Amino acid sequence: MSNKVVQAMYNDDDILLDAVKETRSANHHIEEVYTPFPVHGLEKAMGLKDTRIAITAFMYGCVGFVFSIWMMNYMMIEQWPQDIGGKPSFTFIQNMPAFVPIMFEMSVFFAAHLMVITFYMRSKLWPFKEAENPDPRTTDDMFVMEVLVDNNEAALVSFLEKTGTVEIKVTEK
Amino acid sequence: MSSHYEAPIRRPLIVGEKSYHDITVEVAAPVEGKANKLWWTAFTIALLAFLWGLGSIIYTIGTGIGVWGLNKTVGWAWDITNFVWWVGIGHAGTLISAVLLLFRQKWRMGINRSAEAMTIFSVVQAGLFPVIHMGRVWNAHFVLPIPNQFGTLWTNFNSPLLWDVFAISTYLSVSLVFWWTGLLPDFAMLRDRAIRPFQKKIYGLLSFGWSGRAKDWQRFEEVSLVLAGLATPLVLSVHTIVSFDFATSVIPGWHTTIFPPYFVAGAVFSGFAMVNTLLIIMRKVSNLEAYITVQHIELMNIVIMITGSIVGCAYITELFIAWYSGVEYEQYAFLNRATGPYWWAYLLMMSCNVFSPQFMWSKKLRTSIMFSFFISIVVNIGMWFERFVIIVTSLHRDYLPSSWTMFSPTFVDIGIYVGTIGFFFVLFLLYARTFPVIAQAEVKSILKSSGEQYKKLRDGNHE
Repeated sequence: MSNKVVQAMYNDDDILLDAVKETRSANHHIEEVYTPFPVHGLEKAMGLKDTRIAITAFMYGCVGFVFSIWMMNYMMIEQWPQDIGGKPSFTFIQNMPAFVPIMFEMSVFFAAHLMVITFYMRSKLWPFKEAENPDPRTTDDMFVMEVLVDNNEAALVSFLEKTGTVEIKVTEK
Repeated sequence: MSSHYEAPIRRPLIVGEKSYHDITVEVAAPVEGKANKLWWTAFTIALLAFLWGLGSIIYTIGTGIGVWGLNKTVGWAWDITNFVWWVGIGHAGTLISAVLLLFRQKWRMGINRSAEAMTIFSVVQAGLFPVIHMGRVWNAHFVLPIPNQFGTLWTNFNSPLLWDVFAISTYLSVSLVFWWTGLLPDFAMLRDRAIRPFQKKIYGLLSFGWSGRAKDWQRFEEVSLVLAGLATPLVLSVHTIVSFDFATSVIPGWHTTIFPPYFVAGAVFSGFAMVNTLLIIMRKVSNLEAYITVQHIELMNIVIMITGSIVGCAYITELFIAWYSGVEYEQYAFLNRATGPYWWAYLLMMSCNVFSPQFMWSKKLRTSIMFSFFISIVVNIGMWFERFVIIVTSLHRDYLPSSWTMFSPTFVDIGIYVGTIGFFFVLFLLYARTFPVIAQAEVKSILKSSGEQYKKLRDGNHE
């Protein structure tokens, strides 16, 4: 299988969006699109699935909630119950109101951090990671659509030239 | 063009004829250019103040808390005042980046980066105070529930002070990842523009290899939205828990149920004032007047006016409830607060926090840059005095009249406070020279809907 891609550059997000729609309806496979800012409607035009990262955040939040209950129950009720200022701490339910703030904080802590870590892992973002955008201008004002070359390279290039591109390049991936 | 529609009644958030490339160049300019004399002067002053504060901290740790002005009646004074003041200032950053994101307020995009930076830097200052006040700072990790050689010596989860530890550390760390995630595309922009290899390396490292793929952007936006949803209740909980430090006690003047909403409104109030202080200077020095417009300042002034009035309502409610409760101790605490030996602090608090924001009802005054700057300073002074009034006036009249006393700070108290202001500005000035101070990727995404020339173009088409 060939790894050849055509990189078509655009200088406007609306032109890019139209080009993505045209390319998809002409049954070409869009490998990737690089943009300097979030272009609204792009993921729909490309046919990307919805991200499930919000669902993971909810699950991480639940983990934090359960962890905080387990932690406070173990430390305050099970291992060494104490009478602190006359406040009852011999059963969990009696002591529970005082635990609510930390239950909340731990839920948020787990949900936020683990979700961000998941995002960094899934999108391959970490210190010392090399950037993979094909052109330095894609973080400035250029938009790049990478289309996979299936068999007829010349036809694909001439098709893309009509979509309003300002620069076109064929490279091995 | 239709997808970029915005009601013509909305004023442009990006002034002038800007292209995407112009935004890149103008946001990168302060980082790529050289610092001017003004920056060096401000930095030197801030650094000296910081060093003075550092000296005072070292002196405190070396000698003991006795070098502060505290006495056996007033056991909490400047340290906790400064702590609450700094935490409160931090709240505006989260409010701008999280609450305004949930409400889809586009004007947040010009100011959220700096407001979040302010949040992080001010929470760092706030965190210093409880740690120093522990006395034996090398045992600071005892506040965390970590296994230890005592086996069963755990922290007390019934204590609001421990809730504070969890709230502040969650707040600081979540704000930090929220800020950094938003920074990745902008660091990537600086990385791709960098000419010198060293800068390219540093910004490459900081940008975590951000490439701007469509899927990354999709996740980025979802993560930002969920973080905003998490940070909104978080920010409200943080100052609520800070107010619990007082409200769960039995001290007249502290033991009031109004404290959580009153503290949160006060925090937003002082935080917005600090954002105004910083950004009015920064937009000028860094030539960002096209992105941080007079409209941004005006909207922040309106928030200041509203939250200031909420705080004013809380002050008056407190007085009324003290009288209405029929409890003599409570009545005395508030009568003494307003007319006792600290009447001047109470008057300063009332005039700075309740009276001064009312000027913002006038359109002319709230769109005046100089006047906004002046009021922002006044509000910050007022909010410091609010905490001082709550803390010191409630304590200085103890249960036994023989213990009644006054509080006066020593040079060490003042030194540490001034030191944290210095430290804050050292961090902020360094930030302003090395970080993309405007969330340029987000600003680019609203250029076509809220940019001046695009709005003009569209309005022309309607005719």
